[in-house]
Amino acid sequence: MKAAPFTVLWLQSGGCGGCTMSLLCAEAPDLAATLASANIRFLWHPTLSEETGDEAIALFEAVLSGAIRLDALCIEGALLRGPNGTGRFHMLAGTDTATIDWVRRLAAVAEHVVAVGTCAAYGGVTAAGVNPADACGLQYDGRRPGGALGAEFRARAGLPVINVAGCPTHPNWVTETLMLLSAGLLHGGDLDSYGRPRFYADHLVHHGCPRNEYYEYKASAEKMSDLGCMMEHLGCLGTQAHADCNTRLWNGEGSCTRGGHACINCTAPEFEEPGHAFIETPKIGGIPVGLPTDMPKAWFIALSSLAKAATPERLRRNAVSDHVVTPPAVRDIRKR
Amino acid sequence: MSDGTKRLVVGPFNRVEGDLEVRLDVADGAVKQAFVSSPLFRGFERILEGRDPRDALVIAPRICGICSVSQSHAAALALAALEGVVPTDNGRVATNLILATENVADHLTHFHVFFMPDFARAAYSDRPWFAEAERRFKASHGLSVREALATRTTLLHVMGLLAGRWPHTLALQPGGVAKGADARDKMRLLATLGSVRADLEARLYGAPLERVAALADAEELDIWRRTGPDGDFRLFLTITEDLDLAALGRADDRFLSYGAYPQEEGRLYAGGTFAAGRLGSVDPSAIAEDHSFARMEGREAPHHPFEGSTFPDGADETGYTWCKAPRLAGLPFETGAFARQVIAGQKLARDLAAKEGANVRSRVVGRLIETARTLIAMEGWVKALRPGEPWCAQGALPQAGRSFGLTEAARGALGHWMVVERGRIARYQIIAPTTWNFSPRDASGQPGPLETALVGAPVRQGEKTPLSVQHIVRSFDPCMVCTVH
Repeated sequence: MKAAPFTVLWLQSGGCGGCTMSLLCAEAPDLAATLASANIRFLWHPTLSEETGDEAIALFEAVLSGAIRLDALCIEGALLRGPNGTGRFHMLAGTDTATIDWVRRLAAVAEHVVAVGTCAAYGGVTAAGVNPADACGLQYDGRRPGGALGAEFRARAGLPVINVAGCPTHPNWVTETLMLLSAGLLHGGDLDSYGRPRFYADHLVHHGCPRNEYYEYKASAEKMSDLGCMMEHLGCLGTQAHADCNTRLWNGEGSCTRGGHACINCTAPEFEEPGHAFIETPKIGGIPVGLPTDMPKAWFIALSSLAKAATPERLRRNAVSDHVVTPPAVRDIRKR
Repeated sequence: MSDGTKRLVVGPFNRVEGDLEVRLDVADGAVKQAFVSSPLFRGFERILEGRDPRDALVIAPRICGICSVSQSHAAALALAALEGVVPTDNGRVATNLILATENVADHLTHFHVFFMPDFARAAYSDRPWFAEAERRFKASHGLSVREALATRTTLLHVMGLLAGRWPHTLALQPGGVAKGADARDKMRLLATLGSVRADLEARLYGAPLERVAALADAEELDIWRRTGPDGDFRLFLTITEDLDLAALGRADDRFLSYGAYPQEEGRLYAGGTFAAGRLGSVDPSAIAEDHSFARMEGREAPHHPFEGSTFPDGADETGYTWCKAPRLAGLPFETGAFARQVIAGQKLARDLAAKEGANVRSRVVGRLIETARTLIAMEGWVKALRPGEPWCAQGALPQAGRSFGLTEAARGALGHWMVVERGRIARYQIIAPTTWNFSPRDASGQPGPLETALVGAPVRQGEKTPLSVQHIVRSFDPCMVCTVH
C-alpha cells in the first residue's frame, strides 16, 4: 500500500507572491517532479489549485475539523494585525474573517508550520517604515520573538515555526525543507537562532562570490556596474548574510552580487531597515561599520590596509570598470 | 432582496496574483451588478515615505513578485527623470530584455497556470474538447502546464545572466543596468531564447512565431481555428468558439498604454489611448485617483498622483475595497496586452477591437500575439548588446524635486510618481495596471472596467462561484497585490 502523502496547505497573506513565483522556477527536476519524488501533495495552493471560492473554503473547513490531515501549513507573506488589532487589513476573501485568524486556527492543527519568505518569518518589507498594516511574522516581530503565533508556539510535531527566510526564497530552500520534514529529518538543532534551516543558513553569501579576489585585496567598486567588491562603498552585506546564494545559484547562473548589486541580507530579520540607503556603506573613520561575521575589528583594519597596499594593478583597474580592462597575465608554465 | 435578485460573494479567488473578492447581484440567470474588492492592504506608498529615494529600487519591486521588474523599472524611470540621467544604449537594451523576459514569463504563466485550467473542470466534461483540455490543462498536473513552467524556467535564465535573479532583481538602475554582458553571455542568451522559441513553436503555437505575429484579421484567426496547426493556441480557439467567449466580458473599450521598450527611435509598442475607434495621446496631467468607494481618506475630490495620499480608513463603511479608482480625464480605461497591441497597431488586435472589442477571447489573443512579437524583438536586442561599451550612466540626486516614471507591465500601464524633499521621499504614489482594470466605482458612480465586464455574465443554476465570472476575471490577468500595493 502506498504511504499517505505528506500534505501541504499554502496560504498567502501580506506579501507579494514572489516566493511562489520563485518556487515555480524549481528545476532539475522541476517542482512537480521534486514534490512527487518525496510524496508531497499540495492540498491547496493559491496559484496552482483548481478550487476557487466555496470549494476552497470547504477544503479549509475539512482541515480544521480533522477530516483531512495537515502535515505542513505554509504561510507566505506577513501577518497583518491592523487596524487596531482587528486583522481587517487582510480578510480572507469570501469568508468575512481575518486571515490572521484563519492562520492561527490552522496552525493549531498542523504538524509543522513553515514561514515561506522573510515577510512570513519576521515581517519583512511589509513591516518596513511606519508599518502601516501592523505587519509581523508568524513567530517573530522583526528580531523579537512573538509575532502572530507567540514565542511559545510549537506545532503538533514539536518544532517552532520553521523560517525559510529570504526575499524571495530560493525554490530549493523551500522544496528541501518540505522534503526533510516529510522524511522526518528536520529537528530542532537543524534550525539556527532565527529559526532558519541551517542547510542554507550556515553559509554566507560571500562564499563563492565571484568578486572574492577583489574583496581579498580591497579593490572596491565605486559605482553601479563596476566589477570590484561592493562591501566598502556600495552597501554589500554578503560577508554577514546567511544564505548560500553564490554556491547555489539562481535562475541558472545568477545571484545578487553576480548581477552587479550589493547583497542586502534579505534572509535576516529587519533587513528592510538597514538605517541607511541600501546602496551605501556606513563608515566610521573610513572603516565600514558592519564588519564580516566573526572578524575582530583590529584584524580587519590591519588586513585591509595591508591588502590595499598589495593590490595588484590588474584588480585596481578592473575594480572600477564594467568589463575586464586588464586580463590576468598569461605565463608560460614551463618557465616557472 | 425581494425582487428575486440574490447576492453572491465569491472568494477566495485564486489563480490570480494576490487577493480578490467579487460581490455579485444575480437575477434571471445573469449578473446584474458587480462590486470588485481587494481585501488586502499593505501600504507600500507609506512605507516608501521618508526613505532615501534610491531605496525605491529595493522596496518598490517588492510590491509584487510577479511583475517586480516593471515596478523596479517605473521607479528607475522616476529616479532617472529626477537625476536628469539618460541610460546608455547598452543599459536601455538590457533593460528592455529584462522587462520583456518578465512580461513574456507572465503571459506564459497566465495562459497555462491561471487561465486555461478552468476549462479542465468537471463542469465541462460533456464538451467535445474536454478530454484534450484535461490532458493538457488540469490544474498543476496538465502536460502543457508542466511544460510551460519548464519553458518559463528556461526563459528566466535571462534574469540569472543579466539581472542576478528573479523576482526582485536589483539590477535596473536610472542610468542602465548594474551588470554588463560579454560575448559569451550573448551566446548564452541566444541559446536560451532559441530554446524558448522552439518550445513555443512546438507546443503553444505549432507554427513559427512570425506567423503568429503576422495574423492580420479575425478571418485569419478563424482559419487558424479551423485548419491551423495543432497546438494549445488552436485548442484555446476551439474552446472559445464552442463557449462563445468572444461574447463574454466586454467593458467600455477605452484602452490605455504608456508604450513599451524604447528603441533607438520610438518604442517597439507605441503608447497612447484608443477609444471609439480613434487613437489619442496620454496626458499624464489628466490622470487622477478617486477615493469615493475606496476605504481611503481624501474623498472630497479626485487627486492627481503628485497630490495623492494613502491613508486607510478602517472604520469606513461606504468603501468596499482598498483599491482606488484611477481615471484619465474622468473616465475609466482598460489596460493590458490587448490594449497595448491595439494601440501599437498590431493588425489582428485592431481588427478584433473594431469588430468585438475587448472580451475574454480578445484579451487572451492579445497576450499570445504579444508573446510572439516580443520574443522576436528580444532576439534582436541580444544581438544589439555591445560588450566593452558602457552599461550604466551615473547621475546625482537633487535634494528636492518631483518626477514620474511610466512603463508597461504585462498587465498594462504602470506609473510611479515621486516627490523628494530634503533628500528624502516626501510622497510616493503608484497606479498599477490592475488598479485601472479592477477599480471600484467613482464619485459619479462609474464602475471600473471589470465591474462593467461582469454585467450580463451568465450564472448557471446552483453555481456559487460562477464559471463565466472566473473566465472574465482571469481574462484580465489581475495582479491584486499591485492593485492595492
